[in-house]
Amino acid sequence: MFDLQWLLIAIPLASGLGLLVWGKEGDRFGHLIGTVASALSFLFGVVLFASLLGKDGEDRSQSTKLFTWIDAGSFHVDMGFTFDQLSGLFVLLITGVGTLIHVYSIGYMAHDERRRRFFAFLNIFIAAMLTLVLASDYLVLFLGWEGVGLASYLLIGFWQHKDSAAAAAKKAFVVNRVGDLGMALGIMLMFTEFGTSSIHAVNGAITGASGSVATALGLLLLLGACGKSAQVPLQSWLLDAMEGPTPVSALIHAATMVTAGVYLVVRSNGIFDASEAARTAVIVVGLVTLLAGAWIGCAKDDIKKALAGSTMSQIGYMMLAAGLGPAGYAFAIFHLITHGFFKANMFLGAGSVMHGMNDDVEMRHYGGLRTFMPITFATFGLGYLAIIGVPPFAGFWSKDKIIEAAFGQNVWVGLGALLGAGVTAFYMTRLMIMTFFSEKRWREEVHPHESPRVMTWPLIGLAALSAVGGILLVSDWISEWLEPITGHAEHEELAIPAIVLTLIITVVVLIGVAAAVFFYNREPIAAETPADSSVSIFARAGRHELYGNELNDAVVVRPTRHLTRFLVWFDGKGVDGFVTGVADRLGDTSQFLRKPQTGYVRSYALTMFGGVAVLVLALLAVTLA
Amino acid sequence: MTAFWCLAPIMVIAALGLVFARKAVHAALCLAVVMISLAVLYAAQGAPFLFAVQIIVYTGAIMMLFLFVLMLVGVDSSDAVKETIGGQRLAAAIIGLIFGVTVVLAVGQTVSGVVVGLKAANGNGNPYGLSELLFGKYVLAFEFTSALLITAALGAMVLAHKERLTTRHSQADISARRMREYAESGRHPGPLPAPGVFARHNAVDTPALLPDGSPLESSISDSLVARGQVRDGFEDDIDKVVEQLDDDEQGLGGEK
Amino acid sequence: MNEYITLSLILFTIGCVGVLVRRNAIVVFMCIELMLNATNLAFVSFSRQNGNLDGQVAAFFVMVVAAAEVVVGLSIIVSIYRARRSASVDEASLLKS
Repeated sequence: MFDLQWLLIAIPLASGLGLLVWGKEGDRFGHLIGTVASALSFLFGVVLFASLLGKDGEDRSQSTKLFTWIDAGSFHVDMGFTFDQLSGLFVLLITGVGTLIHVYSIGYMAHDERRRRFFAFLNIFIAAMLTLVLASDYLVLFLGWEGVGLASYLLIGFWQHKDSAAAAAKKAFVVNRVGDLGMALGIMLMFTEFGTSSIHAVNGAITGASGSVATALGLLLLLGACGKSAQVPLQSWLLDAMEGPTPVSALIHAATMVTAGVYLVVRSNGIFDASEAARTAVIVVGLVTLLAGAWIGCAKDDIKKALAGSTMSQIGYMMLAAGLGPAGYAFAIFHLITHGFFKANMFLGAGSVMHGMNDDVEMRHYGGLRTFMPITFATFGLGYLAIIGVPPFAGFWSKDKIIEAAFGQNVWVGLGALLGAGVTAFYMTRLMIMTFFSEKRWREEVHPHESPRVMTWPLIGLAALSAVGGILLVSDWISEWLEPITGHAEHEELAIPAIVLTLIITVVVLIGVAAAVFFYNREPIAAETPADSSVSIFARAGRHELYGNELNDAVVVRPTRHLTRFLVWFDGKGVDGFVTGVADRLGDTSQFLRKPQTGYVRSYALTMFGGVAVLVLALLAVTLA
Repeated sequence: MTAFWCLAPIMVIAALGLVFARKAVHAALCLAVVMISLAVLYAAQGAPFLFAVQIIVYTGAIMMLFLFVLMLVGVDSSDAVKETIGGQRLAAAIIGLIFGVTVVLAVGQTVSGVVVGLKAANGNGNPYGLSELLFGKYVLAFEFTSALLITAALGAMVLAHKERLTTRHSQADISARRMREYAESGRHPGPLPAPGVFARHNAVDTPALLPDGSPLESSISDSLVARGQVRDGFEDDIDKVVEQLDDDEQGLGGEK
Repeated sequence: MNEYITLSLILFTIGCVGVLVRRNAIVVFMCIELMLNATNLAFVSFSRQNGNLDGQVAAFFVMVVAAAEVVVGLSIIVSIYRARRSASVDEASLLKS
């Protein structure tokens, strides 16, 4: 049965391509086909996962080779897929959350005349993401990697009539190219070092290679992961990516695609285990992104951008966990899954709010919406409780484990992660207060209303998952489940008991909540964003995304532009100048030579006569000499 | 040598006249002078036959042909003073000077030896000697030149031939056209009225008068009208006549 | 003898210059005739110098050919004049681009 796992990919791919080529008559039922394709893929994934559960530990990695993709001399790549414990979880997350978001999109995109195309892109995204996680070779993984990049580009720029959306799509694509370069170089390095790019073979052979190779590979893959997962320093595209439709933000830029970097690090655990330096780099990147994302999330008034900052921050947690080595891999995946639930839930909730508020994303125009959108409020609230880590919701279990593991690694890393938890509580509470509590601030023409059922049911489903996601941790199930892949980790005993740490975390979270309540419930919230000059330097930096764009401009864009200008100048004046100069001089010479060609017979005769005179002179000279 | 020294300057001057003459007819006359002088030089150098041929063929036939074509093309067709090609005259003069000086100087170096003279060759008379060569040694070339002449005559005929592009109008056609015009526009089918009828003068520049005394413009040649040379003597005013008579007596020629 | 040849060469040169500076096709033609006559003079002179009549025969042939050439050339001029209403050699400058 596992030989048929390619069907997981083929069903949404066929549906997506079919919807793209289908004519206008497909508009009536295209969204249904897309949703059904995603659901079929999910059901098949469930069947496969169930049968995986029924197998022994050793049999739980099921590989299949579809065909030989590349066979060039010593370079050999199979189009092969592996359905194992890790990819199985991902398949369920991608297709499950994906299907719910498909359902939600039926309602959200109901009034868009290009809905069929939207579903085609979503299906193509599902197919590419599944290729990414099922791949048994880094090159096949890279295929999926680029596929999700393409789908992301198409969906961010889905409303291409908006200049900002088109620019955001382009930005995401270009920034991702930087990461992809690292990825491609990593694969090339694998081939030159090991002669293969098979994930299994590379991670097996890495122990025999020198430490510098492992470090180089780890850093290159980390660069790729940074690009795809919007980690510092390649984080700048994610906030702009919110220009896309909200279901896209939920599916691609919160739940699945942006976590691909974490998946890559966990999947390449052999490489990272072999290099302390690469792991440290992962931890640093994760910690910095964690804090930077939280900072940005505190300052943004745009609900989607605040959530995007939160996404950056949460992926920072995952990266941090993945950098901790075998002790953290399982928790990284665990947090990834729970985050996939509650963040998708909250993005869809934000979409529901926008749906009721005439597509306004400005939180300062919201306020007191809890009575107008009870279901949205309730589901969003569950997601909120999950993300800030209130027991017993999903986020509590996953974040708690990561912070604990971080303290096990290094007390400063642990403190950073703890601070992040407090800030998360602060900005999420702020978001909740500005949106659902406080006094109403919306304008007259806005009539907030609850979204249709096709949109609320996925919210309810995701809210339920956010609430009970922690069940995966029961008796350390997820750690044991992933152990064949991530390797066994000795449980490190901390200086303080785990339960005390949990209490400390909860207290920090409560302090964050209390701070937000203190700041934002004390006095009425301004309906317009205060000017930059009237807010603190921290808020200003956060609003400008910690000046990441300005930094990119100064370091990369402007020098490149100057270089380009120079090259254009050189091409125009130097290269072309030489070529056209030669042509011009030839032309001038020709113009000069053309002058004697008057067309008058007499002038030709004169030339002849002159020639004769010269001839006579020459003859005379010869004779006399 | 007397003939040579008399004729050589004339020939050079006439040749220069050929180059410098503004009018083509003058150039042709200069050329005729050169040719006749040449004929005399031929005779002086023991070539009486060529002397005759030069006079008959060149000055007689070819020059007449030139003049004939000149008349055909237009006697007064003269070169514009302005040179169209910049520097052509100067360059031609300089190169001509260089060439002339060079060859003239070269002649002194190359032509030498005693002059044999034609006493022996012309022993039986110059035409006899020539005909012996023409019909003996050069008979083939002679035949070819005759073929060449015939070809040239034919070629000239072909070139000068003018294709008739329209149908020829017979007299019947012309009279039919005149009657048709009379029917359509009332144009008089007969000859135009003669000038000067009933007028004080009967010169061609005086329009005929109609019975009512008004002048008839169509009786005057169009070119006279265009030049403004129509005499306005049709006004039968006695004072005007007296005035004109007075003018005539004062010797002003009576012109207007 | 030299003076005859010199005269011939002077006439020839004048003819050449005439061809170059005159624009009326008929006058140009006359200048060519002048050049031919100058060579004839040289032929006749050389004939006397060498004491045989071959030079005179050559001059005779030159005259015949000149006659043929004049006939054809003048008819060409007439037909050009008929087409262009001009006998200037500069008018027929179709070679100029």
